[in-house]
Amino acid sequence: MISSRPRPFTRDTPSFFLIGCDSSSASALSVKERIDHKRKTALCGGGQHRIDAQHKKGKLTARERVELLLDPESFVESDMFVEHRCSDFGMEQDGNKFPGDSVVTGRGRINGRLVYVFSQDFTVFGGSLSGAHAQKICKIMDQAMMVGAPVIGLNDSGGARIQEGVESLAGYADIFLRNVMASGVVPQISLIMGPCAGGAVYSPALTDFTFMVKDTSYLFITGPDVVKSVTNEDVTQEELGGAKTHTTVSGVAHHAFEDDVEALLNVREFFNFLPLSNQDAAPIRECHDRSDRLVHSLDTIVPFETTKAYDMLDIVHATVDESDFFEIMPNYAKNIVVGFARMNGRTVGIVGNQPKVASGCLDINSSVKGARFVRFCDAFNIPIITFVDVPGFLPGTAQEYGGIIRHGAKLLYAFAEATVPKITVITRKAYGGAYDVMSSKHLRGDVNYAWPTAEVAVMGAKGAVQIIFRGKENQAEAEAEYVEKFANPFPAALRGFVDDIIEPSTTRRRICRDLEVLASKKQLNPWKKHANIPL
Amino acid sequence: LLKIEAALNTFHHKLCCCCFSSPRLFLPHQVMKTCHKMGIQTVAVHSDVDASAVHVKMANEAVCVGPAPTSKSYLNMDAIMDAVRATGAQAVHPGYGFLSENKEFAKRLAAEGVAFIGPDTYALQAMGDKIESKLIAKAATVNTIPGYDGVVKTVEEAVKISQDIGYPVMIKASAGGGGKGMRIAWNDEETREGFRFSSQEAASSFGDDRLLIEKFIDNPRHIEIQVLADKHGNALWLNERECSIQRRNQKVVEEAPSTFLDAATRRAMGEQAVQLAKAVQYSSAGTVEFLVDSNKNFYFLEMNTRLQVEHPITECITGLDLVEQMIRVAKGYKLQHKQEDIPINGWAIESRVYAEDPYKSFGLPSIGRLSRYQEPLNLSNVRVDSGIQEGSDISIYYDPMISKLVTYGATRAEALASMEDALDNYVIRGVTHNISLLREIITHPRFISGDISTNFLPEVYPDGFKGHQLEADSRRELLAAAAALHITAQLRSQRRAPSVATRCPCVKVEVDGQWNLASPLLPLAINGTHRMLQCLSRDASGKIVLQYLGTSFKVRVLSKLAAQLNSYMPEKVPEDTSSLLRSPMPGAVVTVSVKPGDSVAEGQEICVIEAMKMQNSLTAARQAKVKSVHCKPGETVGEGDLLVELE
Repeated sequence: MISSRPRPFTRDTPSFFLIGCDSSSASALSVKERIDHKRKTALCGGGQHRIDAQHKKGKLTARERVELLLDPESFVESDMFVEHRCSDFGMEQDGNKFPGDSVVTGRGRINGRLVYVFSQDFTVFGGSLSGAHAQKICKIMDQAMMVGAPVIGLNDSGGARIQEGVESLAGYADIFLRNVMASGVVPQISLIMGPCAGGAVYSPALTDFTFMVKDTSYLFITGPDVVKSVTNEDVTQEELGGAKTHTTVSGVAHHAFEDDVEALLNVREFFNFLPLSNQDAAPIRECHDRSDRLVHSLDTIVPFETTKAYDMLDIVHATVDESDFFEIMPNYAKNIVVGFARMNGRTVGIVGNQPKVASGCLDINSSVKGARFVRFCDAFNIPIITFVDVPGFLPGTAQEYGGIIRHGAKLLYAFAEATVPKITVITRKAYGGAYDVMSSKHLRGDVNYAWPTAEVAVMGAKGAVQIIFRGKENQAEAEAEYVEKFANPFPAALRGFVDDIIEPSTTRRRICRDLEVLASKKQLNPWKKHANIPL
Repeated sequence: LLKIEAALNTFHHKLCCCCFSSPRLFLPHQVMKTCHKMGIQTVAVHSDVDASAVHVKMANEAVCVGPAPTSKSYLNMDAIMDAVRATGAQAVHPGYGFLSENKEFAKRLAAEGVAFIGPDTYALQAMGDKIESKLIAKAATVNTIPGYDGVVKTVEEAVKISQDIGYPVMIKASAGGGGKGMRIAWNDEETREGFRFSSQEAASSFGDDRLLIEKFIDNPRHIEIQVLADKHGNALWLNERECSIQRRNQKVVEEAPSTFLDAATRRAMGEQAVQLAKAVQYSSAGTVEFLVDSNKNFYFLEMNTRLQVEHPITECITGLDLVEQMIRVAKGYKLQHKQEDIPINGWAIESRVYAEDPYKSFGLPSIGRLSRYQEPLNLSNVRVDSGIQEGSDISIYYDPMISKLVTYGATRAEALASMEDALDNYVIRGVTHNISLLREIITHPRFISGDISTNFLPEVYPDGFKGHQLEADSRRELLAAAAALHITAQLRSQRRAPSVATRCPCVKVEVDGQWNLASPLLPLAINGTHRMLQCLSRDASGKIVLQYLGTSFKVRVLSKLAAQLNSYMPEKVPEDTSSLLRSPMPGAVVTVSVKPGDSVAEGQEICVIEAMKMQNSLTAARQAKVKSVHCKPGETVGEGDLLVELE
């Protein structure tokens, strides 16, 4: 007698559920059993031996990463049953089909806040991108934009699914388009946790932040072999596109972490700073640091000798909540410091010249680094706090030939365009055009402060005197006069270009109060299709 | 440097006094306080780098006497004399260190009719010379270490000398420095043997026949007597200070009174100290140092003709303000007190808080900026003498002392308990400090029982100091606290109210506290025991550094899942901090502060490059010896040029 009731699926279900079982027995399975079977298979990715290989490389699997990134049991997976549609080169065989294909997608929560995630699965065809793979990613990106939630991509992919040809390329383009459409709408974060080569690199490049894992991740247009055959350069993967290269030399990546676990836990922390979309205000976390705390150490931080350096990070750490500062690109263009912090619990973006490195001057790399950060903050309603100690733009042929004029303009453009609350503190030098650029009053700075050590002038005393009093004797006397006149905050304060000259120890208290007031700031730029930043 | 302008008591003439002092400037701080109390105006002298120091702010006037190196500022007599004249100072308080025991300086002041707050030049001179001071002490019937220094011809002569001195004795070649070739003899036989070795060595190694035979002090304690004398021949002893806990002959922990002295010994030592002071017509406050052996025999070591770092503990137990007494004496007043008026009230302990890494030879200097600094003044019976504040730079120019931390109690146990609390509540960030060592010393059973000597540190930590050693219980406490902290931070991200009980190594540990994640202090109740922990750092990946029982411990807190996945993570080899210092930018070399063979500490300045009219200080990435220097001041260097190579 044949029972119509489906057999219950148990852990002890015999092994005839294995992939590749012949079609006659497969048809004997009920739909329910097939569902369970597919799900179970999907959870195993490319199979245990590939998972072991992944672990041996010091890498976690796609699912382990998602589990660690999201709050426990919050992951809701989509498209677990999607399979690739390629029928060439034997790809159509059952053994070459994996439910879910080479990417895990879905949504979940980080500290209770919604996020969409995709995680490429290196154990399935090396994480290569098929049409189906791309479609899955596009689906969650579309949803993320619709509901207004960030997208985090965990990249670990050998590249295009070569067997699929143009379908794979089309998939990349579909993703790129969505990256561009989502840009400025929801925050997009890429965490590179394995190879990411060829056209694939442009998806992370289009997102807001690219993080890497040291020693196990690479980003390059072409690998070392192609480089060798084309330019005859000998270079290793690590040198060409490792985490160190991209966080110190190229500026492609914004931060590097020691290993998968550290990277994922840090991305969770980073996520706490971000609003969910451009419709949300900057998030406010419960704050244990008093907003009216006086920071006495700031009163002595700027050295008496105007030529002596100090660490701008000391100012940042002392000012923000709990010294908690998530620095973006800490090892690239170190003459400018950018990153996220909180003031009285509210997320803020910090920009500061770093007198310790190249005297804190602006050059090509620091301008671009600063500009991109400022634009992110502006896009996502994050107030910008700027600490200024800048002797000017870096002179020299290298800079001029490299186009410092158009690159420097980017930072100027970004600050000018920004409509979020902008608070500026001039700690010491604000010389020349760089003074204008660094979120000056003239670029719609909301509150601009000067410390008593501030010097706002066209240039330093020596150079100025050589021009004003060219050929005259008594240069020393003239220099002293210039210093007396300009090497102080008065000229700017007299004209209202700074709103107040403040005791450094009160900086935190004032900024917290100002942010409170500016929370309701509304400012609109003229209608335009889009602006034309000097790229 | 202080200037006194108002009336002192009933006197209406002006008295100005200058005080400059040691590195971290605690004393000026205290001198100013006392002067202000007495209505005296003060002038601070300071070097460039100390322009914003506390004592400079406290003073009515301030004069800069030169750049940071002490030879150009605090030791620059001409500059200081100029400052005295310019401000019309009528007296100078020399502090301690620098010129405080310099007879030349005292003479120059006397020549200009400016009072030197300290003893007369005769006493300075007499006590300044180690050999002469011993002769004077001997003449004043003060116990000195019995010994013989000269040619010893025969074995029997050596035995006779040894018997006269009394066993044990120490025999060595006179020419051998320090403890080199030193032999200890406890009887005649060992003396004969020691004589043979030492005389051979004296002749062969040094070409100098002379031998030194001296009483050997076993388990020596360093105990000193504070004296106070006026210009009228009166002198008092203000009891003792026990300063046996030392490293490299520098005091680390001091207390008053000593656990070791009985009333008779104390009186005997005090009386001898006073005899010596009188013998050199001493006036002002001074200290007579003694070595005391296990049988309470004591021997004169030297006399310090200034106020000592550890004087606050004497002030605590006697109730006298020594600075005030010094100024009174300098003004020519008679002492206010009689010997029988000097009490011992309670117990005082002083810990010297240094910017030092105690894991390296019990303390090698560290430098940096005090990014956070909070003294435990919220506790009662705690006194902190320091001249620094949050944001101060601890530079390479001076002694690395951060403060003198003094606690007081009716009993020694109370004073020690306060010290433990005070050390746990002391917040110092930005420089490495020795709180861990101090806390281990004052909680060590040998210290608590008073069983100490000048060899305490090397005896207790023969392999060097390695921080507090965790036991099963304390380990659990630490892990529970770290876990609770981590969970609190995690929950805060979700803005939920924290209340935490953690489980670790299968034992439930209750952790309760006021969770202020912004505070460096973590007052916790762990299984009901109150503990003050400090959070030194924590990050998103669960890495937490906690200061627990004085020592900092690195802990990692991971969720069960993260811990399980973490087992797949490869062990990373720490990157070699490069031994090559390269110029980070094109510029001109302004100064090079090192030469080949120099040892540099981590963070120490190696050279300064000027670029864009800005001086950029390049520092050592790690502690190392300088192998070679490839640049000179004035030279122009390009980006990436090799400047200095470390070993």
